[in-house]
Amino acid sequence: MDLVWDGIRKAFWLLVTGDPEVVAVTWLSLRVSGTATLVSLLVGVPMGTLLALTRFPGRSVLLAAVNTGMGMPPVVVGLFVTILLWRNGPLGILGILYSPTAMVVAQVIIAAPMVTGLTVAAMQNLDPRLRLQLLGLGASRPQLLLSLWKEARLPLLAAVMAGFGAVISEVGAVMMVGGNIKGHTRVLTTATVMETARGNFDLAIALGLILLLLAYLVNLGLTMIQQRGKVR
Amino acid sequence: MHPSRRTALWLAAVVAAALLSVGGAEGAQENRDVILSTTTSTMDSGLLDVLIPMFEKKTGYRVKPISVGTGQALALAERGEADVVLAHAPEAEKKLVDAGHVINWSLVMHNDFVIVGPPSDPAKVKGITKTADAMRRIAEAKATFISRGDDSGTHKKEQALWKSAGVRPSGGWYQEAGQGMGQTLNIASEKEAYTLTDRGTYLSLRRNLGLEILHEGDAPLLNVYHVMNVNPAKHPKVNAAGGKAFVDFMVSPEAQSVIRTFGVEKYGSPLFFPDAGKSEAEVGG
Repeated sequence: MDLVWDGIRKAFWLLVTGDPEVVAVTWLSLRVSGTATLVSLLVGVPMGTLLALTRFPGRSVLLAAVNTGMGMPPVVVGLFVTILLWRNGPLGILGILYSPTAMVVAQVIIAAPMVTGLTVAAMQNLDPRLRLQLLGLGASRPQLLLSLWKEARLPLLAAVMAGFGAVISEVGAVMMVGGNIKGHTRVLTTATVMETARGNFDLAIALGLILLLLAYLVNLGLTMIQQRGKVR
Repeated sequence: MHPSRRTALWLAAVVAAALLSVGGAEGAQENRDVILSTTTSTMDSGLLDVLIPMFEKKTGYRVKPISVGTGQALALAERGEADVVLAHAPEAEKKLVDAGHVINWSLVMHNDFVIVGPPSDPAKVKGITKTADAMRRIAEAKATFISRGDDSGTHKKEQALWKSAGVRPSGGWYQEAGQGMGQTLNIASEKEAYTLTDRGTYLSLRRNLGLEILHEGDAPLLNVYHVMNVNPAKHPKVNAAGGKAFVDFMVSPEAQSVIRTFGVEKYGSPLFFPDAGKSEAEVGG
């Protein structure tokens, strides 16, 4: 237990002194996972909406694939993306392996199915009469979508939080495609693994606590946006 | 402004900023990047944290060290997915040299392996001079032994030692961790088990471990590191100049003198012994 106290003390110390390496690692975690979440949002919300509101052949097959993707192990994604991005691989020409961009790509593959799947659930949960009513009032298609998304804002923001939570905390994929390179692709999770391997348990615990704090602050922000409309 | 529209604008701005900031981190020309595939031991000991910045400052290259087990480090070289390799499995490395995958195979440094275990030493290996005898005792006592089990240089060495002891390790006492050296030591410490480790990693982690060196000093325990760059004739996409520059740097007097003193201040003894320019026989003997 001493180690946990050492870790808490260390985390506090690192934060108040603004240790440049820890700040850089934390900032990169936020940047990579934030970007991945936002890209997943841009892909997942329209796709989920489409899956929820339309009927087409093969829809169930696609939906099952999305739902499977929600539970995809990050290491499998990491391995797959690494092989694709190898310089002798099909996308090697991009030259982005072991870079933050590759980490974003891997995390989008992890988060997008999650956002898509939860969007489907959110949109299907809406009262179907709402859609008819809006159409009856002469809403254009963009107006219809905006109104529906606004109505489903609570579960949609929950989808964002789930997506962000999955990627900020995962280590398998970013370790493989990023390589945990100091000052370049090292994020909080990979730094925690490395410090554990080096036997610096107090530092590892401190990094873990900073990760928790970061996740909490982001979720606090999202929750405040989510709950804002509730009282009105 | 309507609140939801404001939120949307705000979100759009964040997306744009985030994409720019991640994209901006790329920059620079690609061929300045040198991918170094190396073993966990050089990374976990902290040696590369000292040497890589020196090399980068001197040459302007940016090193991307990918620290994995020796098995993976060599596999990456064999596929042309790394530019330069620092490894400690001479037998496996020689196969790559012979097949033409790597060139400029150069001796860099050595340290040695030791057998560590709980201070109570249940298998009574302390004081035994021959490594093969020590390994046999552990097997006979069925004392818990944690193997790396990850096809790393240390794992390969351990398998060779079992073979020379005439033991085929199996059963509940023989457990494979499948992890790096640091983690394997943590597990061994926790389970009061024996394990084979390089001295450097053990010394750098000793303060957190309930493990002692119980066997050391026999010739088969030598742990020799070589550096080599991936052959551009075989793998045209590698950064040949950068890989060669790193090989040259590792055997330079500058790097060798860092290796000679690395760890002395912190652990009281060096973790590695520089060997550049020596013949294989000199180190092996």
